[in-house]
Amino acid sequence: MSDPTPYAPHAPGSQPPLDAPAYGSTHKRHPKLAPIRAPLTLTEATSPRLTPERFPPEADMSRVNGKDALGQRIIVGGRVLDEAGRPVPHAMVEVWQANAAGRYHHPGDTHDAPLDPNFLGRARLFTDAEGWYRYTTIQPGAYPWRNHHNAWRPVHIHYSLFGAGFAQRMVTQMYFPGDPLLPLDPIFNAVPDEAARDRLIARFDLELTVPEWALGYRFDIVLRGPAATPFEEDHA
Amino acid sequence: MATAQQTAGPYWHMIDFPEWADTTRFGDEGPRITLTGVIRDGAGAPVTDAMVEIWHADPAGRYDAAFQGFGRCRTDAEGRFRFTTLKPGPVPGRGNAMQAPHVLVAIFARGLMRHLLTRLYFAGEPLNETDPLLALVPEARRPSLIARESAPGVWTLDIRLQGEGETVFLEV
Ligand SMILES: [Fe+2]
Repeated sequence: MSDPTPYAPHAPGSQPPLDAPAYGSTHKRHPKLAPIRAPLTLTEATSPRLTPERFPPEADMSRVNGKDALGQRIIVGGRVLDEAGRPVPHAMVEVWQANAAGRYHHPGDTHDAPLDPNFLGRARLFTDAEGWYRYTTIQPGAYPWRNHHNAWRPVHIHYSLFGAGFAQRMVTQMYFPGDPLLPLDPIFNAVPDEAARDRLIARFDLELTVPEWALGYRFDIVLRGPAATPFEEDHA
Repeated sequence: MATAQQTAGPYWHMIDFPEWADTTRFGDEGPRITLTGVIRDGAGAPVTDAMVEIWHADPAGRYDAAFQGFGRCRTDAEGRFRFTTLKPGPVPGRGNAMQAPHVLVAIFARGLMRHLLTRLYFAGEPLNETDPLLALVPEARRPSLIARESAPGVWTLDIRLQGEGETVFLEV
């Protein structure tokens, strides 16, 4: 059996540090000792069998039991690729978000904003053979979060992705263009590289927009790629 | 350049499905084991809002079989995670090496800008002595990766994110 091809290390500045002082919850939770650099083995080069049969997809968050949630209906779509530009096919993508008023359907969220009985705020999808994904939802609202005085999270949707190897596993957040809270957010701004931050912001997309129905936003995601392949730097 | 990671935040339970903590729920056969432990932060306080995932080989050491091998679990009010699964077998490593039975563990939480990766090994496995990854870990820190059998079939490994007895985390 041949050894699995290692993944390329992350480009400098492309990932947030674990120690991000402006984000208070990191203070007691970031490891202080350097990680051990481990050789890539089958354990990290393989990924769970996450099939639609075992993990049924649900790609429409905009209604519950046929009743429409309140807020601006949107369609979010894009492509999941690796750093070599190859599509990541049949990948499971989970997304979750606050409702239009900025409240999560979650007992831990005590923000004084209304819940919407017709909005749960989670979806599960699978990319197609070419790495494309798409779901329907409601534009989320901003919410306060007590990290510092008058702290508000910019509008965002959380993403969880599985690639072909567990080393490609990633959780991130998608933001919206023109959000005035972005320059103030310690989580978004923990990513050192400006171009890397920009790629976390979806683009309005008239192609994805459905007439008389919903606005479209495009958000592409790049998972780690093989070290042996030359990088293509521009998938944004 | 890979997309930047961002914290899972406090509300990731939106994608918590308690049955995922049992990898055998699709019918995999074999003696079941429990993997459990408490996650603590730098002050020794339990981390009560973490999402823990496991990924491991089947009892024969294979990743290409039908075995699910993947679980997800939230930590409870005491910071404890608890999985039901099958004990993995030894897995081929790089070159001609053989790896001791192990479980890949990923931790996501509020305050973790990126997830943390570590491994859980099983005390008493002869291959622990020659495991290529354990060999890279300073001897004094190896116990942070080795679960003990606290009751028959129950393997316990506490995880410390920061400070005294800090768990060894991996960069792959
Ligand atoms: Fe959020």
